[in-house]
Formats: sequence, structure tokens, C-alpha cells
Amino acid sequence: MNSGAANTHDAPAIWKSGLILAVMAAVCTGLVAVTYHQTAPRIAANERAYLEQSLQPALAGISYDSNVADSAFTIPDPHELPGNEPVTVYRAFQSGEPVAALFVVTAPDGFSGPIRLLVGVAADGTVSGVRVLQHKETPGLGEFIDQSRSDWILQFAGTSLRDPAPAMWAIRRDAGAFDQLTGASVTPRAVVKAVKETLLYFEANRDSVFSTENPGTSDTHE
Amino acid sequence: MSEAETMAGKLKSAVWDDNPGLVQLLGLCPLLAVTTSFVNGLGLGIATLLVLTASNFLVSATRRWIKDEIRIPMYVLIIASLVTCIELIFLAWFPSLGRSLGIFIPLIVTNCAIVARAEIFASRNPVGASVIDGLAMGAGFMLLLCAIGAFRELVGQGSILAGLDLLIGGDRLPGLVLVDGGFLLAILPPGAFISLALFVAGKNALDQRRKKASRGQSIRRFG
Repeated sequence: MNSGAANTHDAPAIWKSGLILAVMAAVCTGLVAVTYHQTAPRIAANERAYLEQSLQPALAGISYDSNVADSAFTIPDPHELPGNEPVTVYRAFQSGEPVAALFVVTAPDGFSGPIRLLVGVAADGTVSGVRVLQHKETPGLGEFIDQSRSDWILQFAGTSLRDPAPAMWAIRRDAGAFDQLTGASVTPRAVVKAVKETLLYFEANRDSVFSTENPGTSDTHE
Repeated sequence: MSEAETMAGKLKSAVWDDNPGLVQLLGLCPLLAVTTSFVNGLGLGIATLLVLTASNFLVSATRRWIKDEIRIPMYVLIIASLVTCIELIFLAWFPSLGRSLGIFIPLIVTNCAIVARAEIFASRNPVGASVIDGLAMGAGFMLLLCAIGAFRELVGQGSILAGLDLLIGGDRLPGLVLVDGGFLLAILPPGAFISLALFVAGKNALDQRRKKASRGQSIRRFG
């Protein structure tokens, strides 16, 4: 640097360096704070829009008039749902009557890590739609569960624990009712299992799922 | 030398002779991890370019106060704050691209190409030259990210420009699909290393051929 080799044992010099660092830290923090304030409303709006948009596919064919994004409540761990982290549930109502519940569950047994799923269940226990929110499956192999890669995930819509029968809730390779794509079986197995467990939970806890008070905070599932 | 000439020379050096990724092999973590498609490469390239230019500007502007013994914490402060700002800006104005790049925007902090430019150039040169250096080096890095991204996308998925909607907004765009499906290895992590190696090898081969050609010419001239 142009100051050359400063005498590091010089006490005033150390104080001066410290002061410079402190001032710089304050300036940089100010810069971040200003940017944060300028962007915070936009980011919140974006996240909300993204949440609403990502909940939409799991509500296919359901007519509702409530605010779904603000209807969240959290089921703390432990629970009988897939995964061992708290599960966020969104509810949809039509003139006060419950019409669907959306579960953000985690299938823990994906091929390369947990798979986050959004499982929509209509009030009568029929799946209204399933989407993969987040996964780390192998590109080109397990990736087909993502709707941007294939339509595989669409086959869940309309299924329930009556159709197919609970014993048939497995992929074809395991003599079940669900298609799988070539190459990967761990990934679809994990997804099918998670959806089934969610349906079982819904069947057993239907009333509490819809009657639990919304704590008022709409937390995003990101 | 005029301003324009400096800029052109800088750009040529940053893009070809002294490319941060291709020659100095700096910033390989984002380079290898993000370049699964052209659009991702371009997105991260733009973010890196912005951070690099702004960081060069700030480091150069404050270089009088940046003493030797505190220069590294100063660089870290400046770069980390700038990256945080850029991340917030991406999340506010390009939310889907921000989501698609995910953790790799915050990870720009660890891109040693940026610290390297602060240390080698911005801390000893005036503001104007430092900004030009940041722009040129950023452009060199961005072009490499785009090139490797395009190559891997083309080989791995048979498409080009897929997901351009992440940058410009609007509906999901499939890009130009040339072949359905592709050679998967290219978009897997090993493909990143192989692609980079091919690019480095290709550049070296071109340089060597050019050197040989110019030597041949001069021999003929003198012979």
C-alpha cells in the first residue's frame, strides 16, 4: 500500500486503524440498511406472490373464496406426517366451509436428500394436486418429479386412499399403482410414500386440521 | 493512450490473455457450480460484474485510508456489503433469477477474483482506472460463465437459452430446443470440470497456434 510498512507496534497507529475499520463498518452497514429498506417491500411482495403462485397447482379444481396464503398454521414435530421437521399447513374455505388443506411436507428418503412437497388434499380426502417445491435429485434421472421436467407428478391428482387402495400406494416396480420413469425408483418411491402418509394423517386429523386457529403470522415455506 | 484505447486493451486482456477464470483460474466455485445453463451463467456473470465494479470503485476511492495491516478486513467488509446489496436487489427486481441462483449470489463473497482485483489493482490505482478494470475483468468472467453455460446446456440438454424468462420476466420459455435430451454428464458436476478443462485446453491450443503462425511469418520475413 502507499502508506508503506507501518510500524505495527505503534499504539496510536493501531487505534487509528481500528477507527478506520469502525468507520468503514458503519458506512457499509449503512449501505446495506438503506438497500434493505428500499427493497424490503418489493421482496415481501415477491415472496407473497411466489407463495400464492406456488400454492395454486395444489388447489386445481377447488373453488374457494378465502385467503389461502394467510391461512397457515404449523404442526410441530413430532407428528405422523412425513419428515421430522415442523409442517406448514394452508387451508382453503368456501363461504366458511373447509374445502382443501395444503401440506408442505418433506419426504426424507429422496435419493440425494430430502424432497419438499406441497400436497393438496380436498376436504373429501381426494388429492387435489402435488408439486415438488425443492429437491436435490440427480439431473436427468430423479429430476422427473419436478413438473418443469415431466408430467409425472400430475398423476396424483384425483387419487385417494380408496382409489387406489392403500396397499397399491407404491410404484409399479413394487407392484403398486403409480408409474415411475426409467432409471430412478428411489425418488418416486419417496414421493409416493410421503403423499400416502399425508393422506393418512389427513384422514385421522381432518377436523383439527381445519379448526386449528391461524396464529396470524403467514410464514412462507421457503 | 486515449481512454477508449485503454478500455479496449483492458477488455482484450481481461477476456482473453488474462481472463480471471480461464487463465488465472479464480472464482472456480461459482464458475463450476452455476454454469448448468446459459441463463444461469449470464445471471451470475452480471451479478459478479456489478460486485466487482462496485468493489473496485469503493476500494479505490478509500485506498488512502486502507492501511496494509487492515486491508483484508476492509476488502471483506466492502465486498460482503456489496454482495448483500446485490442479493437484495436481485430478490426485489429479478426474484425468479434470484431463486434460481440461490446460494450462489451470497457466495460471490468468496469469489477470490474480486479480492484479487481489489488487492492487485484497485488498491493502487485511481478510481477511473479501477472501475474500468472491474468492468473489464467482470466482463471477462461473465463471458466465460456464459460460454461454459451455453456449452454445457447444449451438450447436456440439447437446448440453448432455456429459461430466459428468469432474466426478462414473462412466461416460462423452453429456449431453442435443438435436440431432445442430451449427453447428461455435461450438466452433472463432473461435466463442469471437463468443460472448463476443454475451454482452457482450447484457449491454450489457439494461443500456441497463433504464436507458431506469427513465428513462421517472422522467419519468412527474415529468411
